[in-house]
Formats: sequence, structure tokens, C-alpha cells
Amino acid sequence: MAQHTFRVNGESVTVDVADDVRLLWVLRDVLGITGPKYGCGINVCKACTSHLNGKAFNPCSVQVKDVGPDDEITTIEGLPDTVGADLHPMQEAWLQRDVAQCGYCQPGQIMAAVALVRKVRAEGRAITDDDLDGIRNVCRCGTYTRIREAIRDGAERM
Amino acid sequence: MTTTPGHPHAQSSVRAHGSPPDGISRRRFIGFVVAGATLTVAAEVGGAAPASAAVPSAPQVPELYDLGDLQTHSALPTSQLITITVDDHGLAHFAIPRMEVGQGITTAAAMIIADELSMRVEDVRVTLAPARPELVFNQLTGGSNTMQSMFTPIRVAAAVARGALLEAAATALGATVASLVAKGGVVTAPDGGTRTYAELSGAAASSTTTAVDVELTATSSFDVIGTPRSRIDALDAVTGRKRFTMDLDVPDALPTMVCRPPTLNGSPRSVDNLAAVRALPGVTDVVVVDTGVAVRAETFGQCIDAVRALRVTWDGGPVEGESDDSVLRRLKAAELPMTVPKVPLLAQTVDLRFEFMFRSSAALEPNCAIADVRDDRATVWAGLKAPIVAQRNIAKALGLPIARVAVNVVTGGGSFGHKLFGDAAIEAAKISRAMGKPVKLMWHRADEPRQGRTHPMATSRIRATLLAGEVLTFEQRHTSIKTDFSHGLGERLTAMASELPAGLGNLGLAESIFTLTQELPYDFGVVTQLLGEVDMGFNTGSMRNIYSPDVACANELFIDQLAKKLRKDPLAFRLAFLRNERVKACLRKVAEVGQWGRSMPSGTAQGIAIHSEYKGATAVLVEIDCRPETVNRQVRDAVTGPRVTKAVIAIDAGLVVNPRGLEAQMMGGVSDGIALALTSSNHLQDGHFLEASWDNYFYTRQWNVPLTFECIVMPSDAELPGGAGEAGVAASVAATACAYARATGTVPTRFPVNHGTVSFTPKTFVPPVPPSPTDGLAHTY
Ligand code: FES
Ligand code: FES
Repeated sequence: MAQHTFRVNGESVTVDVADDVRLLWVLRDVLGITGPKYGCGINVCKACTSHLNGKAFNPCSVQVKDVGPDDEITTIEGLPDTVGADLHPMQEAWLQRDVAQCGYCQPGQIMAAVALVRKVRAEGRAITDDDLDGIRNVCRCGTYTRIREAIRDGAERM
Repeated sequence: MTTTPGHPHAQSSVRAHGSPPDGISRRRFIGFVVAGATLTVAAEVGGAAPASAAVPSAPQVPELYDLGDLQTHSALPTSQLITITVDDHGLAHFAIPRMEVGQGITTAAAMIIADELSMRVEDVRVTLAPARPELVFNQLTGGSNTMQSMFTPIRVAAAVARGALLEAAATALGATVASLVAKGGVVTAPDGGTRTYAELSGAAASSTTTAVDVELTATSSFDVIGTPRSRIDALDAVTGRKRFTMDLDVPDALPTMVCRPPTLNGSPRSVDNLAAVRALPGVTDVVVVDTGVAVRAETFGQCIDAVRALRVTWDGGPVEGESDDSVLRRLKAAELPMTVPKVPLLAQTVDLRFEFMFRSSAALEPNCAIADVRDDRATVWAGLKAPIVAQRNIAKALGLPIARVAVNVVTGGGSFGHKLFGDAAIEAAKISRAMGKPVKLMWHRADEPRQGRTHPMATSRIRATLLAGEVLTFEQRHTSIKTDFSHGLGERLTAMASELPAGLGNLGLAESIFTLTQELPYDFGVVTQLLGEVDMGFNTGSMRNIYSPDVACANELFIDQLAKKLRKDPLAFRLAFLRNERVKACLRKVAEVGQWGRSMPSGTAQGIAIHSEYKGATAVLVEIDCRPETVNRQVRDAVTGPRVTKAVIAIDAGLVVNPRGLEAQMMGGVSDGIALALTSSNHLQDGHFLEASWDNYFYTRQWNVPLTFECIVMPSDAELPGGAGEAGVAASVAATACAYARATGTVPTRFPVNHGTVSFTPKTFVPPVPPSPTDGLAHTY
């Protein structure tokens, strides 16, 4: 066992866990942060999508030893705080379109959407169908059309 | 207060609320105010046994009595056992004896209660009832039947509650019940005096259980039902607060996984390195169970490592050595013969066989369950659509009396039929017993397509004869690997045998279900549709419907070929032969909205198809692009292929409780239909399925999604809701297949169409799960 210190949703945390445990399990099993979901464990379903220093990443595929005290992990639970509101504009767009069905994929979808909008904005352009086609998050309930609409709406609100 | 529902009541009664004076008797019911400190009411619905029907040659059985009727009627005798409670905060509570898996039944139930009780939807709390064996046949979520079977019982219970609240308000406000107006959970008297439900709930409670007559609101005066509402759990879903089984914090229930065999349903013979694996970091327990070797650890990550480290000798399973082709040969050999009708010599014959590969019904949330088994009792938490059956099976596996096994139903991260079975719950209970500790069991994603339930492989052969522009005969022989119905549907059929239409009694279970669900709403002369089954020991089940997506796909593709033979347009041909007006209305609608027949570039085409089931009708129009530049478009690590560029679906689902929820179900149905037609299947090779994750199993992804989607909810004057959850799939697969055939000029006969290409390198079978990657930081954006 080893001690690992990093930041989660605005707070510094220290966990006592082996170096190679993937962050998804540190978040869920050790810290009890259950917003990021398991859907594959091999970085293909994207249900666990969260942010590391503001960028989308998949904690199922990152060892805890690879983050340090200055690294800030944001999970869906911490997303509203990044804009100092009760809900992030992307979450509001999701509610507006009633996107979720079972909801299992949706924390990951929203975190992916926020990162995509930021990325496209940094490139100085608007979201295209190709950008939306490139989103890898699986939704087995098939909410894809509403997701596309909500991202465009959320981008305007952001 | 608590109230429950009752049955249609012919006697006249005091009308408890402002319904029109000449209310009809079918809106009058008896319910109960249940004894207790708060107002609890129960409904009693039933008594009126369904009329027995004879099997006609035409129309078909489901047009008179379908699987939904069977489910609804078998639930009736226990419908009075559902209760609604109004508490002293003015909140209505209802524990629905069904499972929410994303299909929106908790939202619909809250809307029904809010409407009947004249309160805000936000003030209704709907939770999932634990296994309640006394409900017998009234706790199975499936067949898109929840709204059909629960609509009236919920309304009756709510109406009884409303009556009791108004009685209490009349006393408190010194007014007559008839003069009171209830709105938004507040009762107002003519003099302006008000009482809230919160204030009234205590006074409305009864110290004895009392039967009361109620009359339901006329459907014309609904003000919540029929309006688009967002899901009651939407905020929880988007904030990550929604709790699924694996998110529950049960003391000491540590992460647990199972090292599974390399071949389907194999079993462990011996383990070479038990001690070494027990000593791995974080691991607390390793035990051998019938399905494999279970490991329990501090984190799931450490379970994965332990599963990979295990050295196990396995016995092969029942399908060792089998492959897609060998199973197909078995199906062909089992195909029931055509009955060779006597047709005139000059008649033309069309004869086609379609093949449908195995498909995984896994949801995004993998199989999982929490179990805490002690010597004399057990508690289980899991997503279960048939919790009574699961409870019985768990009790049997543990050798405990049913009453000592508590089974809590947790909202599911999708189901699609997968959670009809208590596979994970039973396995978790066995592991907890073997370890003597609570466990939180999760299947690895790789376990799902490889060892989990699949939709069985099937073939559908159709032969029809044509003469002088008419279809004289239409014979279908559907042959399928056996579908497992041990989740309770079989028991219902047996129990309801005397109520079933004459003629069904002679059929086996699967054939009965096939007959109760298959409806070919065309006038095609002599129609026979028969099911043959082969049992080879696969783990099967329904997958967002049972037979219909395959059968409809075969039928509608075939019908396009008939139209072609008769030189008719697919739409015109269907309209000429359809005998169901609701189906025709849906078809005309999608043709109009989707601009059927518009000119399109070569390599692209439209497809149109219909389906009727669940007391409803659907029609779908899609446009597909099969041009090389589209088929070969590049998305990293993606299977792209032909793209459905537009989908228009029209649904007549009878009385619609929540049009926004219905549209969501149709969106999901179209997404499933596209996957079934084009991309998603399991490949069986040498006794195991090759697929192990979402990068192998090609469910619809964003790069396959139609850029235009439109759903039209057809107006209906039906008094009751039909089915929704599965209703969108069948016509969607069919329309996509028809469009593909028209765009490419080749009629596909094997589904999904890309099954012939294995476009991935299969992951290892030993160890059975892939390693957890470490390069996540190289893929941030
Ligand atoms: S669980 Fe992390 S990508 Fe699937
Ligand atoms: S909402 Fe169920 S998986 Fe996306």
C-alpha cells in the first residue's frame, strides 16, 4: 500500500491504496464517488468519463500513481462547482431535452460533452456533425439523438 | 393514508369527486381505505374475467387476445394488493411492483397518480417494491405490459385516496364534498376556506379497512396524463446522484468478480494457484462456485487482477466445439415443413430464408447484485424484473425458506430483457454463502457477451404464392434456438390456460407465446406462422421483444419482394393488402412526413415497414446511404458501414400517458433496430462467443445515428395504454433492412448484414477478461 494525494472536486484527498489501482476504483470503491460508471474497464464505453485538469479522461485506464497533488479530478458530482452554480449549463440542457433514459451512461456523456464543447471552442469553431459523430460514449438505451440536440443547446448556454 | 384499487362495479355509488353525472359503470370501481395512522388506500380491480375467444383462421390470435392480455389478466387477481399512501407532508407514496430500467414507468405512474389525486407530479414519490410473493403474477416487468396492466389499478387507488381526502376536507371546512375543488394538493371550499393534503392526511386515515366506491375521472378531463413530462429521476441522472446497484453502500459488501470458463457454460474442475491469488494485494477471499472462481477484494480493479491471475482447469460446456454454421445446420434441420397448399398451376412462388445471428442483450450496466447471506437469512439487492422468481430461486439455492430471503429491487441501468433473470442475484447469493461475507458482485464487461444471455439465433423461412395480383398463401416457419422463459411467463401461461383462446392449449410454451405475439396484419389468403425450437444449452432470453424484430424483418423484406414481383410500389402494395386501419394510418403518416418516393441518388434509398403488437401499431421510414464514401468513412476504431441518415417513426400506442417518454422509447427502438439490421451480433466459434466488449459488439454509436429523427405519436381514442418499451424495434429493423436491399440491389438474408466480417481481434479466453489499460492519460481531450 502507498499513500496517494490528488484533488477531487475541489478538495485534496489522500488515499492508501496500491500504486496500480485504476482511478475509477479509487473514486468509486475507496472514496465512494459513484457518478463515474463502469461499463467496460478498458476505455471503450466511456461511461466513466470525468475530467483531469479540465480535460476529459477515463479513470478506468489511469493508475492512481500517475496523478499527483496538483492534479484536479472533476467527476459529474463536481461539475456544477466549476461554474459556481447548482447545475452546469450542459446539465441544464440535458434536463431541457429529458435526455436520460436509464441514466447509466449519462454522467459520462455530460462530462464528454462539456470537454468537446471546450475543445471545439478552443479551436475557434462551432460544433459539427462530425464532432458529434466522433463521440465514443455508448448509450445502450439509444438516447443519441437527444444527446446531439442537448450538446448543441448546452454549447450555446456555456 | 393508504388506498388500494378494486374491480369494476355495477352498483350506483356516491360520486366522490367532480366527475360528470352520467359516469359509465366501467369507470366505477371499489377500493379500500386501509386501516392505519396515515391515509393508505388500495384498489380492487378484476372480477371481470376476460372473454374466451376462439382461434379464427383470420383474424389472427393476437388481434383477439395477445400476450399483453395474458399478462394483464394474470395480474388482476392481486391488483388490490397495491397501495398508495398520502403522508402528513402531503406527499403520495407508491411502491410500484415493477422495475424501472429506463423505460419511464415510474414517471408515468407518478403522472397517473397526480392526475387522479389533483396534485403536483413532483409531490408523488414512486419507488420500486421489493419481491412480494403474495403478488404471484403481478410483479413481472416485461412484454411492454406495465402501463396496460397497472393503469387502472393505480387510478383506482388514487381515486380512493382522493375521496377520503375530500371527505376529511368536507368535515374540516364545513362544506359538502360535491362543493369542494381539489387542485395542486389543496382543497378549496366555496367560501374560500382551504386545507392541504398534508393537513388532511391524518384525518382521512381510517382505523378500520373500509371498502368504498369510486368513480374515475373521465379520460376527457385528464390534465396531467397525455401531456409531455420529463422523467421524475432526470435531475438525479444528470447529477450522478441516481443510485444503481453498484452504487449502494452495503456494509462490508466488498467488490467481487468471477473468473469464468473459456467456453460457454463450462465449469471449474480445479484451481492450481488458490493460495497465491488469495495473497494478492487487496484480495480477501477466493472460492470456487458452480459458475467459476469468485474473488472478493478491496476494489474491483484488484478483483480484475486476481481473475486474470487465476490458473483454473475447466470442463467444457454444452456447446463445446459448436460454431455459427453448426448451429445454423441444426436450425435448418429442425425447420417445420411447409404445408404445401393446393394452388393453381399458374401461381408464382416466392421462397426465402432469413438468418438472424446471436445477439447480446446486455445493458450498459453489467449484471450485478449485492448479497448478504447469513446462516438463517439472506438479503439481496439487484435490478430484477421478476423478483418473485428470483427470490424463490435464491431461497432454493441457499436452502432457506422464501420468507427468510429479502429481495430488494434496484433501478436498472437498462435491461432490454436481460434483467428478467436473476442470474447475478443468484450467483451473488451463492458466493456470499460460500465466503460467509457480504459481496457486491459485478460481471466484467467481457463476461456479458461471452457468458451472459443472448437473443437466440433464428431462421425465418417464408413461402408465398401469387396469382393475378393476389397473395393466395403466406407460410412462415420460424426456427429458433430455445428462448428461456423461466422468468415466470411460462407459469402464467399454465395458470391462465383455461382463459386462453381455444386451440392454444395444444401448443408448447414457446409456440403459445409465439402465437400470442405474432400478428401479420395483411390479407394474404391462407396464412400459417409456426415456430420450431432447438435446445442446445445456450443462455438465452428476450431482447427488447421476443420474436417480433426477427419475424417482422423477414416479413417486411419478403413483402417488398412480393411487391416487386407484382410491380407495385412498397407503400402502395402495403396499403392495398393491410387490413388494420391503425397500421395503415401510421404507414400513411411516415410516408407523408418522410416524403416516401422522393428521388434519391443511386446507392441511397428509402425503406418502409410496419409492425403491430401490444394493442398498437408502428410504421417506420428510413433513408440509408450505402455509397462507398459513406460506408468507408473513417472514425477511429469504429465500425462505420452503411448509414441510416433519416428515420421517421409513427406509433399508435393507444392512450398515451407521457408522449415525451413514448418518443424516448421510440428513439431507443430505432437505435436498436439499426444495430440489429446492420452491426450488432455475437460470433460463435469453437464453443465460445468472440465478442468481449463494446469495441467488439457493435451496438449503434454516434457515428451510426440518423442525422434526422422524427417521432409522430398518433392520436388515439383508446381508453387504455398499449405497450411502448419494445414497440419501436420491430418496424425499425425491418425498414432498415428494406432500405438496405433497395439501396444495394441485393436482398440481405443474414442479419446483421456485417456479420460475415469479424472486424476485430478477439480478446483472450484465458484469462477471460482483458487487462485494465494504463495509458488513459494519452487519450485526454
Ligand atoms: S469503464 Fe471506463 S471507458 Fe468504459
Ligand atoms: S441512458 Fe441508459 S445507457 Fe444511456
